[in-house]
Amino acid sequence: MANPANNRVADSVRDAFIAALLVAVLGFFFLALRTDIAPGGLALSTRWGLWFASIAIVFGVRLALNLLVFNRDTPVGSGAGAGLARAAARLPDMSGWVNWAMLAAAVALPFFIMTFFPGQQRQYIDLSILILTYVMLGWGLNIVVGLAGLLDLGYVAFYALGAYSFALLSTHFEFIGFWTALPLAGILAAFWGVILGFPVLRLRGDYLAIVTLAFGEIIRVVLLNWYEFTGGPNGISGIPKPTFFGLEFARGEGGFADYFGIPFSTIHRFVYLYFIILILAVVTHLVTMRLRRLPIGRAWEALREDEIACRSLGINTTNTKLTAFAIGAMFGGFAGSFFATRQGFVSPESFTFIESAIILAIVVLGGLGSQVGVVIASIIMIGGMEMLRNLGFLSQIFGPDFDPVQYRMLIFGLAMVLIMVWKPRGLIASREPSVIYKQKKRIGADMVAQGEGH
Amino acid sequence: MEYFVQQLINGLTLGSIYGLIAIGYTMVYGIIGMINFAHGDIFMIGAFIALAMFLILTSVLGFAFLPVVLLIVLIVSMVFTSAWGWTVERLAYRPLRGSFRLAPLITAIGMSILLQNFVRVSQGARVKPLPPQIQGGVTLFEGNTETGAIVVQLSYMQLIIIVTTVVLMAGFTLLINKTALGRAQRACEQDRRMAALLGVNVDRTISLTFVMGAALAAVAGLMFLLLYGVIDFYIGFLAGIKAFTAAVLGGIGSLPGAMLGGLLIGLIEVFWSGYFTVEYKDVAAFSILAIVLIFLPSGLLGKPEVEKV
Repeated sequence: MANPANNRVADSVRDAFIAALLVAVLGFFFLALRTDIAPGGLALSTRWGLWFASIAIVFGVRLALNLLVFNRDTPVGSGAGAGLARAAARLPDMSGWVNWAMLAAAVALPFFIMTFFPGQQRQYIDLSILILTYVMLGWGLNIVVGLAGLLDLGYVAFYALGAYSFALLSTHFEFIGFWTALPLAGILAAFWGVILGFPVLRLRGDYLAIVTLAFGEIIRVVLLNWYEFTGGPNGISGIPKPTFFGLEFARGEGGFADYFGIPFSTIHRFVYLYFIILILAVVTHLVTMRLRRLPIGRAWEALREDEIACRSLGINTTNTKLTAFAIGAMFGGFAGSFFATRQGFVSPESFTFIESAIILAIVVLGGLGSQVGVVIASIIMIGGMEMLRNLGFLSQIFGPDFDPVQYRMLIFGLAMVLIMVWKPRGLIASREPSVIYKQKKRIGADMVAQGEGH
Repeated sequence: MEYFVQQLINGLTLGSIYGLIAIGYTMVYGIIGMINFAHGDIFMIGAFIALAMFLILTSVLGFAFLPVVLLIVLIVSMVFTSAWGWTVERLAYRPLRGSFRLAPLITAIGMSILLQNFVRVSQGARVKPLPPQIQGGVTLFEGNTETGAIVVQLSYMQLIIIVTTVVLMAGFTLLINKTALGRAQRACEQDRRMAALLGVNVDRTISLTFVMGAALAAVAGLMFLLLYGVIDFYIGFLAGIKAFTAAVLGGIGSLPGAMLGGLLIGLIEVFWSGYFTVEYKDVAAFSILAIVLIFLPSGLLGKPEVEKV
C-alpha cells in the first residue's frame, strides 16, 4: 500500500490473471475441444496447445494494455473506453477542396491501377468497385439512419429488390437494358420503401430495427421459395452487361474497342463499371447534400433529434419518415441493379441479414450522418476484409489448414464491437447540423445528446 | 382431430424452448431497454457446450446412465454459458451504458456476428448430428381417418422438455418475486437511478440478469440439441428472432408474457407448417412480429410504455 506504483503493477497482474482465467473457462469447450463428424457418430478431439496459447496471449496482451495503455488514475479494469469517446479528436467535416481532391483521386484511381499494377489490375479495380458499391449503399442508408434517425436493419431488402427488378425485367423483356432498368428499379424500390415504411411509422428505435429486419428476411424467404418467378435458390443468370451508348464491351465488330479504334482488353468493362458506380455514388452524395438543405432534410434532422418536438412544431412526421424511407430505398435499388449487372447473376444468398449488418456497420462506424465517415469506414471494412485474402503466407506459420478468409467475419464482428466501444459516435464524430445560428456559441446537436450544453 | 392434438403437443414443446430463450430477451429489455441481439447466439453456444459435455461424459468417461449424464450436462452447460453471457455484457454493453441509444444495439449485432463466426471457426461449419438419446413415449389415444390410423403420442423427450420448462419457470418466478436479487432487479427495472441511490448495486444486478438469461438459454440449447439432434453455428439467429418475437408478443418486460408468447409462437409455427406450407413458416413468425409491434406494441401481458417529455 505504501508504494502506489507497486500497487498498480499488482493490480494489473491480478486483472490480467482474471482475464486469462475467463478465457480458459470460455475457451475450454471451443478451443480445447472440437467435435467432428466421425464414422461412428461424433468424435471429440483435443487441442490443448491452442487453448494454452490463447490463455497466454490474453494474459500477455491484457497485462501490456493495463500497464501501458490504460495508464490512468481510475482503478484498472473499470469501464474502459467510455471516457475515450469524448476525448476523441473531432475532425472537421471535410468540405471544399478536400471533396474535390477525393473526387479527383477516385476518378484517377483506375488509371493509376492500370499503370502501376498491370498484373493485378482486374483484382484491384474489382475491389474498388466493391468498395464504391458499399459507399453508395452506406450513403443511401445514411439518409434513413443518419439523417432521419430511423434504424433500418432490413436495408438489404431494397438492394435485393433493385437487383431482382433489373434481373427480371432484362430477362423477360429483350429491349430493357441497364440504363432503362436503372430508373425503373429505383422507382420500384422506392415504392416498396413506402409500402414497408407505412406500417412501421409508429415504431421507434429498437422496435423499428427489429421490424425492418423481419421485413428484410420476409423478402429474402419469398425470393428463395417463389421458384416460378425468382428461380428460387438457383437465382437468375444471364443478366446483360451495361452498354456504353449502345456499344458492347465485346471483342470484334461493333464493340467498344473497335469503335474507338483501341486494342480490345477485358479491363475496359471493369473500368466502365467503376465509373458507373462512381457516378451513381456521387449522385447519391449530391442529392443527399442538397436534400439536407431543403426543408425536408431539415425535417429529417429535426425528427432524428426529437420526434415529439417535431410534431409540436407542426412537421408532418408521416411524410417526413416516408420520404426518408423511399429515398433511401431508391438508392438501395440503384445499387441493387448495378450489383445485378456487375455479377450477371443474382440469388437470394447475396441478400442475407449479414449484408444489412455490414452496411449498417459502415454507416454507424463512420459516424452517423457523416458522408466522409462512410467512405473511410467502407475502405477500412471492405478493403480490410478483402485484404485478408492476401494473407496466404500466414499458413506457413499456422499450418496448411489455416485459411484467413474464414476469419473475415470473425474479425468483422470483433471490429464492430471494438470500434463501437472505443468510439460510440463513430470514426468521424462531428456531425454538424446543416442549419445553425451563426452567432453566439455553437452547440452541436450531438453534444446535447451527450449531455452537454443544456 | 388426432392430427390437431399431435400438432398441439409438438407446438407446446417447441414453444417451451422459445419461451426459455424469450425470458433472456425480456429480462434484459426490461432492465436496460436494449435488444440483446446476441442472445440467440448465447443459446447456440449453450447447445455446443452441451454437445461437447455430453460426448465427454459418454464416450470419454464412459458413463452410461442417461438421467445422470443429462443432469450433469445441464448443470455444466448452464454454468459455462452463464460465463459467456456475463462476458458479453461486460465487454460489449457495459462500456456503452449511458451512450446514445443505438450504440448497444450495434455492438450486440457485432457480438452476434462475432460469436457465430467464433464457433464456426473453432468448431467447423458443418452440422453436428447427435443420434436421438431419449426414445419411446406414451400413446395418448389412437384415431382412424380415411388415410389410416393416426397415433397421438407424447414422447418422453417432449414430456421432459415441457416438465423442465414448467419447473424452471416456477423456480424463476419465485426467484424474481421472493428473493433480494429479484427485488433488486425489479427495482432497477422501474428506475435505475433511484435504485442506485437506495443502495442497489446496479451493475451487479444487470450482470446477474445476463447470467440468468444465459443459463435459461443454455437449458433451451440442450433441449434443442436433444429434440432435433442437429446443431450448427447458425441456429441462434432464427431461434433468437423467433424468441424475440415471442417476448414482444407476450409483452416485453413481462416474464409470464415471454412464456405465453413462446408457446404461442411455437404453436403458430407448428400449425402453419402442418396445415399450410413448411417453406413459409419463418415468414409466418416474422409477419406476426411485425403485426404485433404495429397493432399491439405493448404485447399481450405488457404494460404500455408511457413517454415522459
